[in-house]
Amino acid sequence: MKDILLKRLLQLLAVVWGVGTLTFILMRALPGDMAYRIAASRYGHDNVDAQAATLVREELGLDANPFLLYINWLFDLLQFKLGDSLVSGTPVIDSVQHMLGYSVLLAVTGLFISILIAIPLGLLSAWKGNPIDNAVMAFSSVVRAMPVFVIGVIFLMLFALHWNWFPVAGFGTPAHLVLPALTLALSLAAVSNRVVKSSAQRVFKSSFYTFAQVKGLSKWRTFHRHGIRNIALPVVAFFGIQLISMIEGIVMIESLFSWPGIGHGLAHAIFARDIPVIQGAALIMGVLFVLLNTLIDLLCYWIDPRAGDVKGERA
Amino acid sequence: MFSALRFLRRFCSFLLLSYFVTFSAISLATPTQSNTLSISNAFEFNSIDPSKYGHVYTRMQILETLLNVDEKGNLVAALAKSWQVMDEAKRWRLTLREDVRFHDGALMDAQAVVNSLNIAREKHGVLRKAPVKSIQVIDTNTVEITLTRPYVILGAVLAHYSTGILEPGSYNQEGEVIVLSGTGPYQLYQYAPPHKLVVKKFDNYWGKKASIPYASYLTGHRAESRTMQARSGQADIVFGLNPASLPLLKRLPTLTVHSNPIPRTIALKLNSTHEFLKEIEARQALSLAINRSGIAKGVLRIPGAQAEQLLPASMADWYLTDVSESADSLAQAEKLLASIGWKKNAQGTLEREGKAFELTLITYADRPELTVVATALQDQWKALGVKLTINITNSSAIPAGHHDGSLEVALMARNYGFIANPLGVILSDFNQSGGGDWGAMNWHNDDMQGLLNKLEQTTDTQAFHRLSQQVARLIYQERPMIPVSYYVQQTAVNKRVKGFRFDPFERSFFLNEMEFVK
Repeated sequence: MKDILLKRLLQLLAVVWGVGTLTFILMRALPGDMAYRIAASRYGHDNVDAQAATLVREELGLDANPFLLYINWLFDLLQFKLGDSLVSGTPVIDSVQHMLGYSVLLAVTGLFISILIAIPLGLLSAWKGNPIDNAVMAFSSVVRAMPVFVIGVIFLMLFALHWNWFPVAGFGTPAHLVLPALTLALSLAAVSNRVVKSSAQRVFKSSFYTFAQVKGLSKWRTFHRHGIRNIALPVVAFFGIQLISMIEGIVMIESLFSWPGIGHGLAHAIFARDIPVIQGAALIMGVLFVLLNTLIDLLCYWIDPRAGDVKGERA
Repeated sequence: MFSALRFLRRFCSFLLLSYFVTFSAISLATPTQSNTLSISNAFEFNSIDPSKYGHVYTRMQILETLLNVDEKGNLVAALAKSWQVMDEAKRWRLTLREDVRFHDGALMDAQAVVNSLNIAREKHGVLRKAPVKSIQVIDTNTVEITLTRPYVILGAVLAHYSTGILEPGSYNQEGEVIVLSGTGPYQLYQYAPPHKLVVKKFDNYWGKKASIPYASYLTGHRAESRTMQARSGQADIVFGLNPASLPLLKRLPTLTVHSNPIPRTIALKLNSTHEFLKEIEARQALSLAINRSGIAKGVLRIPGAQAEQLLPASMADWYLTDVSESADSLAQAEKLLASIGWKKNAQGTLEREGKAFELTLITYADRPELTVVATALQDQWKALGVKLTINITNSSAIPAGHHDGSLEVALMARNYGFIANPLGVILSDFNQSGGGDWGAMNWHNDDMQGLLNKLEQTTDTQAFHRLSQQVARLIYQERPMIPVSYYVQQTAVNKRVKGFRFDPFERSFFLNEMEFVK
């Protein structure tokens, strides 16, 4: 376990430096005048002109040597300072905290609901065989083939317009979370139930599972003692990957439901060339990526300590 | 296994507890649906600084300006109860209301007003562009602005959101806005940029006090979401509806749909020194080849919104009444181009001296309709023999392309009501350097400069009308910019709200005039 944590700590430092540097280079390499881009986001397109761009350029010192700017950024980072947004002037940490908080809330809720859907469906498919499996497979394919935006619109039509149970868009109350989380959950469960099914089928067909039943254990006891842990390992790893990709990539859902998440915020920051926000958001997401991966590793280690032992022996 | 179950149980309890703690705090602090007027609009906000997002705060009636404009664009009193224009519009004296309080309880006086205006002058905005020499306190309730030259639109500048008046304590030493303490009938209650803003009624307002306790502003990026917010009743007022959704919304008994023309025009900006666009005939031909009615009806779905002139009929000084859409305009366009040496080649593209008539048009995606209109123009100009390449970029590429000379044609949505007197926008769009960032490009016309110089100093309304008509005719005849269509703001208002009215200059939502139907 110590090995895992040490390795992850080194990864974390490499990710922080790598993501920040890469973002800095890429954003400066993009075509178009940064001062105009920032001015357009600050003042709106009715009010952006050469005067606004000149003001922005002078205020932010955009003509300064990029290498010096990079060194300054690195020096600030060593002091845990992420700087201020070039557009709003507010500290990057405040905006990222606000956006990331909402993204994590939506992602964790979505994942939690998807687990509630995927595990029973996956197990049922593996247990009962073809008739149910085919139906679940068809359902999963249809859901997965639909853009997540369409699933969201269907939910909105049903739950917000027809029955008027939940609000269409916005944030601030638990009711606002329901439809975006459900949309996300259904789209995730469409894939993860297949992973659960395939993992469960592998275990059900294994010799150790058959042996447990042959030696006289009941179906439930076999499942309880020999099934759950073995099925859980790949499933937990997959849920971990889903959680990470969700935090970064749920722009469509955030946009449809006016949810103030980081995916949407990051997209806007890229259009606006708000480099500190892009760097700050990418950096925090990189850190989160490593932390979640570590958490998943630890969880997998806890489920199956043998994996750690093998690594330990090799080391 | 039991430890796994225990872990799951603890995790669930933690999740539930987190929800409870997070949401109980939010729910307690959030005004309820029954006491809150909810507004949904497409645009985000990222700052409380009036020079950046002041339009959001004047609309939500937190921020007020010294002067207001009525729906015809006439100046009316606001924080200043009267004003005098002296020395041929070089000196403006404004007398302030005496009973105005800021949201933090302080009384507004001339010192506070001068402080706000001086800070606005330092920032990007319309006051910075005005020829202001000094802004002085005359006495507690009188402010005087002295100009270096006559500038008749100063009144409209003082009605612009970027010149809103804030309490001196709202700014830090660098002039940055740290608190939004305005004078409007509503005060800031919750600020969650870039999506949500809640305001609370201000009981010490000097004018008509609000009856609705709270109002919220929510950014809904997608027109589909906003339509559904209107349908479900989640939002009381929804701006910027997609015309395709109007027939459905109009049938709903809970809603009233308002269609109001606004002084924003979809127009083409042309580089008048480009080798294919330098002749007036070429620009006129491109204008003639546009089927404006088709675009208005089939693409924008706003029949009747076609624009032959840059400014709409509501801006009467700048609108020519003797102009109409010409019949058989494609044939006329072909004839005009033939007269300056263009001939169609075997592929149907116009050619002159071995060069094909090819242009690159840039536009931006902030307003999705522009992209669709661009493709319609591409098709219509193809019929004329002009090959158009379209680049979708950021709005800032237009002023940037204007300055580095790379721009050929740009399609944009220009707001001629940005300053309540359109002369302000005309001055910056057709200035002596051959145009402006969002106006003409490399178009030099001596008559135009003479007319604009006179207009800046003309206070007599009849003379102003005569001169502005001449300006409108020059723009119409020489086509340094080609108008395509006017905008119509489509708004759905829930019937639980009464007293809604639309401000064509989009300066205010008039929240304090609205009330809930009992």
